[in-house]
Amino acid sequence: MSSPILKLIAQRVALGLLLLLAVSVLIFAGTQILPGDVAQSILGQSATPQALANLREELGLNAPAYVRYFRWLGGVLTGDLGTALSSRQDIATAIGGRLWNTLFLAFWAAIVSIPLAIILGLLAVRYRNGWIDKTISGLALASTSLPEFFVGYLLVYFFAVKWQIFPGISTVYDGMPFLERMKAIALPATALTLVVLAHMMRMTRAAILNVMQSAYIETAELKGLSPFEIIRKHAFPNAIAPVINVVMLNLAFLIVGVVVIEVIFVYPGMGQYLVDHVAKRDVPVVQAVGLIFAAVYIGLNIIADIAAIVANPRLRHPK
Amino acid sequence: MLDLKHIPLGAAIGLILTALFLITAIFAPLIAPYGLGEIVGDVWAPMSSQFLLGTDNLGRDLLSRMIYGARTTIFIAVMATALSFSLGAILGFTAAVVGGWLDTGMSRFVDLLMAIPTLIFALVVLSVLPSTLLTLILVMGILDATRVYRLSRAVAVDINVMDFVEAAKLRGEGNGWIIFREILPNALSPLISELGLRFIYAVLFLSALSFLGLGVQPPDADWGGMVKENKDGIVFGIPAALIPAAAIAALAISVNLVADWVLNRTTDLKGGRGNG
Repeated sequence: MSSPILKLIAQRVALGLLLLLAVSVLIFAGTQILPGDVAQSILGQSATPQALANLREELGLNAPAYVRYFRWLGGVLTGDLGTALSSRQDIATAIGGRLWNTLFLAFWAAIVSIPLAIILGLLAVRYRNGWIDKTISGLALASTSLPEFFVGYLLVYFFAVKWQIFPGISTVYDGMPFLERMKAIALPATALTLVVLAHMMRMTRAAILNVMQSAYIETAELKGLSPFEIIRKHAFPNAIAPVINVVMLNLAFLIVGVVVIEVIFVYPGMGQYLVDHVAKRDVPVVQAVGLIFAAVYIGLNIIADIAAIVANPRLRHPK
Repeated sequence: MLDLKHIPLGAAIGLILTALFLITAIFAPLIAPYGLGEIVGDVWAPMSSQFLLGTDNLGRDLLSRMIYGARTTIFIAVMATALSFSLGAILGFTAAVVGGWLDTGMSRFVDLLMAIPTLIFALVVLSVLPSTLLTLILVMGILDATRVYRLSRAVAVDINVMDFVEAAKLRGEGNGWIIFREILPNALSPLISELGLRFIYAVLFLSALSFLGLGVQPPDADWGGMVKENKDGIVFGIPAALIPAAAIAALAISVNLVADWVLNRTTDLKGGRGNG
């Protein structure tokens, strides 16, 4: 590791933190765009003036917006996410276990989908324009058009109701044995995998195809290497950076997919927590969870950038 | 020009299905056998000659609701796409033509908006906004305009340096002329194929929001909301929720097939290598 790499990485991380700060402003502003009053919209038209005044006091709405923003940001930085309006619970405590559940689910979906996507992408490139490629591409095109809940409920309908192999509702609790937990998340993890797989595979295929059109690949072909040798020795090392990028971008898709999938399978994670509290118009919870989702998303993008720098010697020594 | 004899099979199927969906949406009240909220039978009755797709969770005819749902889903998606396109394209072209701090400012703001996953930001905003059709269309349209902005700015930057644009500028034409008379006609073909993809995205996005209970509110019904209404039946082996979900998928796939064909056709026109 030479120092230019560390400097580049430090730059990316600093930029990411700056972006995150800007995003926190945007998320805060997003809950202030209502022309009227947040308290009014939370309580509805029939609220009594007393209740409105109480809620305004509690939300600190009497202070100007920028003061409230810095108060909120200060809280977030010290680990205090505030209390939920609907349940009076501390948000940080409520999020703790749920965040872990969501990461657990996303982790297993990623473990299955990443290698699968790369292998299928490689196969599609190897047998380009053959029936394997056509089938894979066709399926990919079709499955990017499928809504998450179609995939989810199809799995529930067959695996949970018709054949009764896996539970259709993913109940997990603390101290649950590992195998039982895996059984509970089998269907949501499969659904998530299917949601991101097609996209990831298509992009992997495009990334490797891009490399395959380089002059050195033609040289390798002309000197008589077999197609698999060419992919293994010449194309893949050069495709690592774009493929890592693809993978990270799609992990970001996982974040969005997880919201819908968790609702389908009634899985106690962050997504379900967010959706429940959007419906209850519980602004502090929505802000906190939105910020966490955005932070994970930005974090993945930073990792993608750094991985691309580390994997590509040309980026390591910028001119 | 359009050569109808040489449409590939996939695109033809896509075109026919898309047209069918559109006709269903437009003539919904004429086609639907029962009313939207009319309770006509038992809860979750199976498919029969009387109720071709069975009934839903309140005993309403599922087929009729599907037909009306097509109307709501397609209408909102079309409006949101139209908004995102006009907003994104005009701002993107303006940024490319005017340049300078306006371009930098708008592009950085779009980068910022795109740093938050769309669904997450939509949920944050919808937590304080009233649930009306107008809000939905505005939120979906504005958030999606960021993607269109990126594309149209990238396309317009290339066109902006061409000789004929330079000539128009030297002639003394204003920015309005440059944007609508010089750049827009030349940027249409990449934008049109993007239009299809943005429409699919709008359909899927709306359905996801409605499924989460944050989109179209009852008594109105769209396909995503119908999945939500009927999802409890799945556990009892009643596939009613799968039907609207499949309809969303079918609509998205058929528009995708058409968009794919348009994309290939326009790259062919430009001397591209088609399916490279």
